[in-house]
Amino acid sequence: MKDALFVYSPEQLGYKFSESHPFNHKRLILTMDLLKKIHALQDDHIIPARMATDEEIALAHDRKYIEIVKQAGKGLLTPQQTVSYGIGTEDTPIFTNMHEASSLLVGGTLQAVDAVMQGKSRHALNLGGGLHHGFYGRASGFCIYNDSSVAIHYLRKKYDVRVLYVDTDAHHGDGVQWAFYDDPNVCTLSIHETGRYLFPGTGNVTERGSGEGYGTSFNFPIDAFTEDESFLMIYEKAMREIFEYFKPDVVFTQNGADAHYLDPLTHLYGTMRIYREIPKLAHKLAHEYCDGRWIAVGGGGYDIWRVVPRAWSYIWTEMNDLPAPTGPLPKDWLEQWQTESPVSLFQNWEDPIPLYEPIPRKLEIEEKNAQMLQKALIILHGEIGKNKK
Amino acid sequence: MIVEEIMKTNLKTLSPRDTVKEALELMKEKHIRHIPIIDENRKLVGLVTSSTLKNKWNAFSNTSSSESEKIIEDVMIKDLITAHPLDFVEEIAITFYEMKISCLPIVSGGQLVGLVTASDLLYTYIELTGANKPSSKIDIRIEDKPGILSDILVIFKNHHANVLSVLLFPDSKEENYKIVTIRVQILNPLSIIEELKKAKFNVLWPNLPGITK
Repeated sequence: MKDALFVYSPEQLGYKFSESHPFNHKRLILTMDLLKKIHALQDDHIIPARMATDEEIALAHDRKYIEIVKQAGKGLLTPQQTVSYGIGTEDTPIFTNMHEASSLLVGGTLQAVDAVMQGKSRHALNLGGGLHHGFYGRASGFCIYNDSSVAIHYLRKKYDVRVLYVDTDAHHGDGVQWAFYDDPNVCTLSIHETGRYLFPGTGNVTERGSGEGYGTSFNFPIDAFTEDESFLMIYEKAMREIFEYFKPDVVFTQNGADAHYLDPLTHLYGTMRIYREIPKLAHKLAHEYCDGRWIAVGGGGYDIWRVVPRAWSYIWTEMNDLPAPTGPLPKDWLEQWQTESPVSLFQNWEDPIPLYEPIPRKLEIEEKNAQMLQKALIILHGEIGKNKK
Repeated sequence: MIVEEIMKTNLKTLSPRDTVKEALELMKEKHIRHIPIIDENRKLVGLVTSSTLKNKWNAFSNTSSSESEKIIEDVMIKDLITAHPLDFVEEIAITFYEMKISCLPIVSGGQLVGLVTASDLLYTYIELTGANKPSSKIDIRIEDKPGILSDILVIFKNHHANVLSVLLFPDSKEENYKIVTIRVQILNPLSIIEELKKAKFNVLWPNLPGITK
């Protein structure tokens, strides 16, 4: 069995709203090329994405909505007709063949699921997926079909396993959370910048699930300007406690790379350090609790030149038990992409020091985050947690 | 917004002849804290709440058997504050605040027709702020004079951005200014913010003293 498989098809780049839209899957090429140039990724690691069928997409989406997406992608509908479905907006404009492109991202994640569940590899990565904002009958925040929600339904239905979904995108993983809000066999864990200003606004600690699923949604809203230490303290504590509490059969991680200081859309102050550590712990706990079963997808990440390729490479090297790369980036990678990049590429795997001016109220932010962490986990230490065990 | 739009109508009720034990069990089973007590004509005659039961016996779960066999009529609140389905939500909010109550039975035509709890009221507030739908929030400090809101919203209109809520409140620091908080259904508000700034609006981005990004 291989350590890991990498899902990719060039057609996944067809998920493209416009030249100027911040969501740009050129990230996939930049990351793959970087991995190839450090000899971490070979051709026999790569499996193609496939189109998800309508039945599969309908596991998490309304048939009527799927029909709207199809027709919009064929140019049969105007934005006025689709806007109530969240399509044809500035965030999620209509583009040609949007159904096919979206289905391929969903199918890519299903390929990753099958690879792991059928024992072809211990772990699998579909960086084209991670579209966590998609709702049952509505597109939202750049996401048309929610590959992660479809894949988790698929895991439940086809393999009958308990799934832990971990979302470290800077935006709350709302679509996935609401899809499984009352399902006790799917636990969602999302760390994100607080919704006080940032989209989508939800993801408060008090969102804990409902009905049978009460106690299987966890939210860790961190303050704007949160830095590495505080982010990682929360991530580590939350991961260890929730793995131990929920005891999943498989872990599914969404790896948005937009909590970095340079990301234009968010206000967190992460550095490359968090992206080195995030997959490390996910990997370790996947082996401790899930017999290694770990499926990872991409997500947000809008500094596609300086941040995303390095951040996402760490997931793949970790999956393959390779040491996290350090030092200078490959010369040929820098030379090839600097010509296209509108910004100066960083020369090393590590961020330059210092990346930003010191934060004046660092201690207060850390203190506030620590309080939030306690509140979010209180349910594991109170009566409800005891009853469950 | 009127009360009948937010009140709960699918209510668990008991009769004055039922026992305290039944009330306690119903509260536990349905995760509720308030039970309206009605007679055979659905006329509201009383209310039991978890806090009044708790206060009476100090400990909720340790109610001794003789006490829990008591009938509800002997323990229920009879001196009730109620509201009408056509009351305004703002009005009952004041009642909640002034009377320090946590639940308000809604009565019409002599019958119990609904119930509003403090949590329902709070949820209505959340809905009013638009915070229950995917959105970004933008705070802007504006001069307190006619026409400004329209100037701002035209920028949102030009971006086809759907506004979920607009709250306007006085600036606590400067008398002639107000803060407008807009929830807008968009992940990427950067182009809107840029235009607001270009039009000389003071956008209060999530900022801390000494930090600009």
